[in-house]
This record gives sequence, C-alpha cells and structure tokens, in this order.
Amino acid sequence: MTATLPLLAPPRLSLRLFAVWRRNFFVWRKLALPSIVGNLADPVIYMLGLGYGLGMLVQEVEGVPYIAFLAGGTLAYSTMNSATFETLYSGFSRMHVQKTWEAIMNAPVALDDIVAAELVWAASKSCLAGTAILAVIALFGFAASPLALAAIPVVFLTGLCFAALGLIMTALAPSYDFFMYYFTLFITPMTLLSGVFFPQGQLPDGVRTVAACLPLSHAVELIRPLLLGHVPGQIGLHLGVLATITVIAFWTALILTRRRLLN
Amino acid sequence: MPLEIAGLVKRFGKGAEAKEVIRGLDLSLRKGECFALLGPNGAGKTTTLRCALGLTTPSAGQIHLAGLPVPGQAREARARVGVVPQIDSLDPDFTCAENLIVFAGYFGIRDSEIRPRVPELLAFAGLEGKENARIQSLSGGMKRRLTLARALVNKPELLVLDEPTTGLDPQARHLIWERLRRLTAEGTTILLTTHFMDEAERLAHRLAILDNGRILVQGSPREVIAAHIEPQVVEVFGEWDGSDNQAANGAAAWAAQHAGTLSRRCEISGETAFCYTDDAAPLLAHLAHQPSLRTLHRPANLEDVFLKLTGRELRD
Repeated sequence: MTATLPLLAPPRLSLRLFAVWRRNFFVWRKLALPSIVGNLADPVIYMLGLGYGLGMLVQEVEGVPYIAFLAGGTLAYSTMNSATFETLYSGFSRMHVQKTWEAIMNAPVALDDIVAAELVWAASKSCLAGTAILAVIALFGFAASPLALAAIPVVFLTGLCFAALGLIMTALAPSYDFFMYYFTLFITPMTLLSGVFFPQGQLPDGVRTVAACLPLSHAVELIRPLLLGHVPGQIGLHLGVLATITVIAFWTALILTRRRLLN
Repeated sequence: MPLEIAGLVKRFGKGAEAKEVIRGLDLSLRKGECFALLGPNGAGKTTTLRCALGLTTPSAGQIHLAGLPVPGQAREARARVGVVPQIDSLDPDFTCAENLIVFAGYFGIRDSEIRPRVPELLAFAGLEGKENARIQSLSGGMKRRLTLARALVNKPELLVLDEPTTGLDPQARHLIWERLRRLTAEGTTILLTTHFMDEAERLAHRLAILDNGRILVQGSPREVIAAHIEPQVVEVFGEWDGSDNQAANGAAAWAAQHAGTLSRRCEISGETAFCYTDDAAPLLAHLAHQPSLRTLHRPANLEDVFLKLTGRELRD
C-alpha cells in the first residue's frame, strides 16, 4: 500500500512556512530602500500628476477633489501590482531559475508550505509598500481620518488575493514572457475598469456589471471610503469576495504547482 | 536502516503514453556505508532519489527513509537527511554564512544554535573565512562545497548526493572525496549518484549499476568487477600493416583476424579494440610483433563492467 500525495488534496500546511517567509523577508531587507522607493515612486507620481493635472479639469468627483478620489484607487491598484509582480517575476525566479524551491523541498518543508509562504510573503511585501504609500497620501492630507488605518488590513487582504491569482500564472508559466499576457489581458484592463481613475458609473451598463465583479473593484470599494473617512458600504460582500477568490485561487495554484513540480 | 526501497515502480504520464522510468527496484543501505548508484543518463538515478526523498509519489513499492515511511512521513524523514542536489541552488542574494543560517531555519534550527557552527561547517567545506563572501564570487567548486556544508546543517544520518563532482576540477573532486570519506568514517551513511567510475570505485563500499529503471548488478566494486568481467584488458589502437586489404588497416581489421583466438572477448569502439582476457601473455606476445599497433595493458575496472552491461551506444 503506497501513501499518496493527491494533487487535488486541500493545502497541508506547517509552521515551517514562516522559515520560507523569513528567507524572502531577509532578501527584501537587503534591498528594502530601493524596493520601497520603487514601489512608492511610480504610484505616487501618477497620483500627483493625474490628481493635480487632470484634477484642474475635472475639479470634483463624487463630491471630493479628484486627487482625493484618486488616492484610494492608487493604493488599491499599487497593492495589486506589487503582489502580482512579486508572485510572477520574483516567484518564478525562485521556483524555476534559482531553484530555491527545490533546495527548500530537500529540507523538511513541503511544497504546500513553500507556495503558502510565497502567498503570505507577497501580501506582506505589498502591505509594506502600501503602508508607505498610505503615509505619503496622509502627508498630502488625503487620509485625515483614523479610519484610514483600517485600510492597512484591507491592503493585506488585497495583496493575498492578487498573490493567489499570480501564483496560478507562475505555476503555468514556461518563461517570463508568458506574464505579458496576464498583464495586457487581465491586469491592465482591470485597472481601467475597477474605478481606480474614474467612477464605474461612467461605464456602459453591461460593462459596469462585469467590472463590479472584478477583484480590484472590491478592493477599491473598501479602500476609497476608508481613506475619505467613511465606513464602506457592503463591507461583508467585498471582504467575502476577496477572501473567497484568495482561497479558490490559492488552492488552484497549489494543484497546478504540485502537478508541475511533484510529478 | 538509513534507506530501504522495495519494489519501486515509477511511471510518468497516463494510459498509452505512460512511460515506466523505474521498473521494480530494490535497494537497502547499511548504516555507515557509502553506496553509489551508477547508470547512464536516463537510467532512473535522479528519479530514484526523488522517490526516496518523498519529492514525487511512486507508482508502486515501499520506501523507508531513516526508518519512516515515504511519502507518508517524508517531511519528518527529511529532517534527518542532507541533500546535495545536482543543480546549484544556493541563494544568490545571501552570503555563505547566510545561506547556511537560512537553510538551517527550514529544519527549525534556531539562529543562536547554527551561528556558532558556521565557521566549523565552512572549514569542513574548505571555505575558511568565507562567511561574508557573496555567492557570485565563488567558483563552481566552492559553490559545490558550500552546498555540501549546507547539507550538513542538520547533522544528517544519511547524506544524499546527486552527481556531487560533475563539472569540478580534479583538486575540488579530491577534496570532496576526502570529506565524504571523513563523513562515513564518522558514521554518516552516504548515497551518491555518479557518472565517474573512478569516483564509485574509490568511495563506495557498495554500488549498483542501474539501466532502464532496473538494477543490473549490485555489490562491492571488487565483487562486481570479479563477477562480471575478465580480469585483464588490452586496448589496441593505431595503424596495422599486417592487413592484406589496404583499405582496412586499423585496429578493427587486426581484431577481426586475431582477437577471436587471442582474447576471450573483444569490443570495438571507434578506433580502439578492447580485448578482455584471463591471461594476457599470449596476446601481448603476438602484439610485440606488430610494432605499428599501440597497446595498453591494464586490469579491468568498473568502467569496463559498466560499458559491458549498459552498452557503448550514446544515451541522451
């Protein structure tokens, strides 16, 4: 009788995943400053450029200055980008190029732990970057309410959600070039449709219905009100959708990664 | 028993496209021995190791690693095993010391416990004072030695090495051999795969030659050589002027006429005739009268056995 490691089994995790998380944290710590600046500069420049530049033309959106409207969207989409980049490019390097995962699997750490560590690490990293962005937003006075602090756990959940989706792509990728499809076909359209730069009310009816289901839309619906000092509407729905996508996507990524590496 | 494998079968793919890579393999390692797994490319060496470590699920068979069933308790079993993989997998972002400390973390070993051992581990690998050296600054041999040190962070009972000296210069190979001998002398069991017959002959207490997913022979290097090959080899190569046919003037033409009567068995590979015999004297006396042919008389070795059993055709 042979014990089996069924591909479809639910995740079997151990606390060793924190040793793997710690490895990624140590690498990040060595390059923390350039990493934070890199993750910070791009979204902040966009926010200030569009917020003040375009803001001159559009004045107010949904009753607030355009830049204040943009701040929440910026925090949400930069979190998505940071978690996505980490699981796609850095994750693929560790899995495929550097063979880091293979080395770790020779220790008493299971593949499930490694993939879970990547998930939590990517969310942590996007949360670190997100907190820095939130600090800049607060510095410019667009996150005055203490409620804005509640955006940090939401940023972490958003990071988990997009890290889990990203891990699916990483498990399927033959090379780095593959990730271009994910960005051009999924991430970029989602950024434009999820109410980051303009309210979803501007979209045609049919598109609006689809756009409201996108994971980034739910993140924006939570983060923007918190930054503006309101309690978001339908909190349970938005949190629930993000959490559900995280669980399903992570399990899918795990099955695909086991198929790729344990065969 | 450090490792026990019984009736191992591993198939890749499903249905008509299924490929059987391991076809019923039995292996059992004794404590403190060095066991070498030999075989041409694609013979199933690495797959056997992956199964043994619980990194892939066998199609059939039973495996016990460090006394624990694998893959069922692979994680617990691997806590007592060290692995030197075939492909370099050191962390390029870390220094030598950090590589060891972070890797020890995967075993649940605290920093305070591993830090004092780092100089000793590096010294064992011939990397004294390299604590703060970056991985990019190491040569191929140094990286392999650091990988060996990394495999020892948990003081393993069993050390598994997949082609540990492939691509290394002779100096580095000799250092690794010396260290592996020291480990077995201290009681560590070693399982290694290699393409180098001299490596197996020097290091291994016992070995197995694997081909097409099956073990062809198993035993100590001396036993295997004694049981499977004639003791003497005479290699014959160069021009031969005794031929009637001007077009056929090489060792092959000579072998076609004379090797049958003068040796028990003769194999032609490229320009060389390998004559296997129990008594080389008549053959050498004959060759003394063939000054244009060059000869090399030597005792048979493991490579002769390997080529006899697995053939001389190229493997991919």
